[in-house]
Amino acid sequence: MTERQDAKQISTEVMVELRGVHKWYGDFHVLKDINLKVFKGERIIICGPSGCGKSTLIRCMNRLEEHQRGDIIVNGVTLDNDLKGIDQVRRNIGMVFQQFNLFPHLTVLENCCLAPIWVQKKPRREAEAIALKYLERVQIANQAAKFPGQLSGGQQQRVAIARSLCMSPSIMLFDEPTSALDPEMIKEVLDVMVDLANEGMTMLCVTHEMGFAKTVADRVLFMDAGEIIEENEPHAFFDNPLSERTKLFLSQIL
Amino acid sequence: MAVYAHSPHADLPPPKSTVGVVGWLKKNLFSTPVNSALTIVALTFLCWTIPRLIEWALINADWLGTTREDCSREGACWVFVAVRIKQFLFGFYPGSEYWRVVLSFSLVGFLVAWLLIEKTPRKGFVAFLTIFVYPVIAYILFYGGAFGLPVVETHRWGGLMLTLILATIGMFCALPIGIILALGRRSSMPIAKSVSIVFIEFWRGVPLITVLFMSSVMLPIFIPEEVNIDKLLRAIIGIIFFESAYMAEVVRGGLQAIPRGQYEAAEALGLSYWKTMLFIILPQALKLVIPGIVNTFNALFMDTTLVLIIGLFDFLAVMQSAFADPKWLGFSVEGYVFVALIYWIACFSMSRYSQYLERKLHTGH
Repeated sequence: MTERQDAKQISTEVMVELRGVHKWYGDFHVLKDINLKVFKGERIIICGPSGCGKSTLIRCMNRLEEHQRGDIIVNGVTLDNDLKGIDQVRRNIGMVFQQFNLFPHLTVLENCCLAPIWVQKKPRREAEAIALKYLERVQIANQAAKFPGQLSGGQQQRVAIARSLCMSPSIMLFDEPTSALDPEMIKEVLDVMVDLANEGMTMLCVTHEMGFAKTVADRVLFMDAGEIIEENEPHAFFDNPLSERTKLFLSQIL
Repeated sequence: MAVYAHSPHADLPPPKSTVGVVGWLKKNLFSTPVNSALTIVALTFLCWTIPRLIEWALINADWLGTTREDCSREGACWVFVAVRIKQFLFGFYPGSEYWRVVLSFSLVGFLVAWLLIEKTPRKGFVAFLTIFVYPVIAYILFYGGAFGLPVVETHRWGGLMLTLILATIGMFCALPIGIILALGRRSSMPIAKSVSIVFIEFWRGVPLITVLFMSSVMLPIFIPEEVNIDKLLRAIIGIIFFESAYMAEVVRGGLQAIPRGQYEAAEALGLSYWKTMLFIILPQALKLVIPGIVNTFNALFMDTTLVLIIGLFDFLAVMQSAFADPKWLGFSVEGYVFVALIYWIACFSMSRYSQYLERKLHTGH
């Protein structure tokens, strides 16, 4: 993994703001009064036990999930039922999933070109040039003509990252990007993510990769039972956890 | 603890008894005593029936002639089919106008082949011709009334030509309508959803014979006399609605098999509902249900024979009416075998093409 770059000045521009956000799945109260500000260029790691609502939290930020109370403001756009607003937010946010979710019937290149062509209305040639640039960056351009089913898990996840980057998002969400990978493939994906972090991308990442968290994170959030329990700078978070629940969690995963 | 010597082990060929003809026979035909017994029984049965069939249909058959006296009656009398072939193919279409039917079918055959065969250029333009221009040309050719072509009323259409018209129009319309209905049924919009469900459940709940009968007998009672909708058109609309309801459920099966993550990935990229469906979901869902779609197409092709009950003479009906000819009594076996063979060739071709398509669209997932 590349070394962490020098501590940088974090911008004061707010990219994502959550104010008193609540969400229920039926009767189940999955997010309870979440308040969070994400600044431009900030790298935030979210961890917590299974079912604590950490994936739901980031999925609310691009409206894959609907919240029922409170406000979510992304780049100045408040997320509500207004479809135009949702579209605008989604063009601005890239997302990488645990299960990659590449489109299996399209080649790697087509996976990357689809949204630039049909959402951003770019000419095909331009979209392909951009796609190849990002595929090059995740070091997989030589596989551009293959189908996702012919690639390894790590390669697929790198394609998924490139696919998101092709939309030139200003925020990237990662939902457990390495959890479905064989151990020897985790590093190649994390390396790409570290590079991205070093280039100043605003990132929110749900992960249990603590080494990665220490390398790139500006802040670590610990969630349990739908609430943010603890929030700290990574070294302090891992070395001196404050709450009992955090200590218990860290003792189980480390 | 032990460390095993790690020298590269040469690749050995597989055991003799598992490869080649012997291996194949052993694996597929004689793997267990029961399978061996079944193989022997099946082979005996085939040896007993196939030669007799060939003898009847080919060796002892009579091919040439014009009357029943030309048949020696030992084997099949294909003279019966040969003498009436024009009627089987064209029904009561006037003989001087046969070229219009042939031209029209050749045209669609050419267009469809262009679309189905790989690596032909300008598929988009040809698809446009097939969908929007060809139907107009076909209507003018079949029905006439323009460019000096005499009108041929639909009640004179018949035979294989009518069967193919019903089946082709049925397939071309049932698939897109079925897709729309399937999407409607899974829609979150309550009106689109209920309309689709009511439509699908209504048409699936009624036998096709009833649909055809209603369209032919009941409908004229309810609509004013001045509005005269052609009987063939009514039958076609009935078949399209009926089959599109089945098609909708086949397509819905495919839609349900697409993982949630595909929708989410498309949404996260900012694709709209229709673009998600068109580029991401439908290509995968339709590929999954190719066997079901072809199944429905085959069923539709067979179902067209039911138009007999409303007095349209399709391929099978024309054949059956020929059995009643006093000059040719007693040749129904030949007639049915010929009809069956034609239907089988059509359906088997569809089936083979669909298998080719499945292989071609397989992308290793």
